[in-house]
Amino acid sequence: MARYVVNRLAQAIMLLVIVSAIGFAILHLAPGGPLSQFAASAQMTQEDLDRVTRQLGLDRPLPIQYLDWFGRMLKGDWGRSYRDGEAVLSVISSHLGATLELMATATIIAVLLGCWIGILGALRRYSLFDTLATVGAMIALSIPTFWFGLVTIYVFSVKLGWLPAGNRETVGDGSLLDLLHHLIAPAMVLALVETAMWGRFMRSSMLEVINQDYIRTARAKGMPEWRILTVHALRNALLPMITVAGLQFPTLLGGALVAETVFTWPGMGRLFLDSIGYRDYPVVMGILMFSATMVLIGSLLADILYAVVDPRIRVG
Amino acid sequence: MATAALSTVQLAPGQAAWRRFRRHRLALAGGVIILVLVLGSAFGPYLLPFDDTYIDIMKRFAPPLSGAHILGTDELGRDVLARLMMGARVSLSIGFVAMMIAMAVGIVVGAFAGFYGGLIGAILMRLVDAVLCFPTIFLLLALAALTEPGLVTTTVLIAATAWMAVARVVEAQVRSLREREFAVAALAFGSSNLRIMFRELVPNAIAPIVVAATLNVAKAILLESYVSYLGYGIQPPAASWGNMLNNAQIYLTNAPWLAIAPGLAITLAVTSFNFLGDGLRDALDPRMNIP
Repeated sequence: MARYVVNRLAQAIMLLVIVSAIGFAILHLAPGGPLSQFAASAQMTQEDLDRVTRQLGLDRPLPIQYLDWFGRMLKGDWGRSYRDGEAVLSVISSHLGATLELMATATIIAVLLGCWIGILGALRRYSLFDTLATVGAMIALSIPTFWFGLVTIYVFSVKLGWLPAGNRETVGDGSLLDLLHHLIAPAMVLALVETAMWGRFMRSSMLEVINQDYIRTARAKGMPEWRILTVHALRNALLPMITVAGLQFPTLLGGALVAETVFTWPGMGRLFLDSIGYRDYPVVMGILMFSATMVLIGSLLADILYAVVDPRIRVG
Repeated sequence: MATAALSTVQLAPGQAAWRRFRRHRLALAGGVIILVLVLGSAFGPYLLPFDDTYIDIMKRFAPPLSGAHILGTDELGRDVLARLMMGARVSLSIGFVAMMIAMAVGIVVGAFAGFYGGLIGAILMRLVDAVLCFPTIFLLLALAALTEPGLVTTTVLIAATAWMAVARVVEAQVRSLREREFAVAALAFGSSNLRIMFRELVPNAIAPIVVAATLNVAKAILLESYVSYLGYGIQPPAASWGNMLNNAQIYLTNAPWLAIAPGLAITLAVTSFNFLGDGLRDALDPRMNIP
């Protein structure tokens, strides 16, 4: 087990190095390089620009700059926002809570609903319910998240007036009830795609398990059907879902960005889009690297957790 | 008589695949809808009396089915149906072209990684893993923010964020096909590595490649709508399904039709490609069972 974890950890660190190299390359792809923001200012002469370039070490060879940048990233120095000079990492962390709240809520909805639909679909394969669920999941995966958000706003905010059309709280209120009220619509929108994914994976995992020999054995020895399902089938079918959680993470983050934009939710995705608007490259790159690192850690945790619950993985 | 009876039992692989595909009614419907969308966007604009960029301030926010504008007009009095058709040209073209670029890159990377394996394969596939760590929309927007927006940039950037899945599929296929007799025979025959890779191995992996290509069009259309909706894709006055929704949120209260038509068009097109891909997967390779 320890060997597996160390092995997987080494892989993740190697990936992080490649990921950071890609991030660094993108940063230097910016027209005019990382200093383009200042170069555009009329108050800056070429002399000033040269001096700043030297001060920031941008005249050194790229590999040296990369190592320096990567080292500072590891130490938590992610540069400062062009907009207000605040440290990038503290800008990100001040927006992270709202995003995590949205993602966690959507995931809970998606896991409960998706697994339920998937299990029921697998048990009654090719029934009307299964067909509708399969077709529905495909349509849900094809709807642009932002458009589903617009439709939700139109129906529940404009027409019915049940839910607020955006923001995390009413200014001056901010009670738990108010927060929940604001959370419903964006979480629902974000959960749509997730539910479809979880449903599809759960269905195929369950189908695979209920055709196994040990299920037939359990049935042959006269075990009651509900016990076969809960004790034998469900426990084994749920295991691969750990991997799904890891796989789903990038989609979830991307979906959060879109949901946050539509519902003016003050999270990391919205910050990312605002920063792009301001050409605030340090924050843009910071969030890009931060989200990639989150994905990396997510899939690492999923793999390790899966190895803990399923010993077959560690051996292979 | 005996031969006739035999021939109905043993269908050629192509015929058998077509039979399985025909059974998949939703895939068939998807194919028909795609055909209608392509033909509609190609010839539709010539049948309409309105130009998609013609601004008519006197007729702003005309609701659908009021007068000559079937789907109404937008905030500048432009005909929504005309924009929808011209937008279809842009969105579908981006879908197809981005798919082709992504397929080309993915097939080359996957073929090299799968054929050579070892260090080259490991490096290439770790690169694929690394790019997959970036959530697609984040990567796409970051790249779009650094470049001049436009048709070509948007297409290339979407392809740049979509080739990795193809590379994975092709790598796995090529790696297993490489050991098969026909590949070994080609090697013994003195074929060059490149010839074996792209004339022997890749064509034998055509089934999963076609499926991946179809699903890739769906993904590219969806990504175009995201990036244009957020304002970093196709720029007005040119229409795309994504940028038609760009302003729709502001006018949601008084002109909801601006949001409904393009959104339905995107959903319809993407669903069609997804169902088509699903049907092709069942038809071409019944053993493949990727959810």
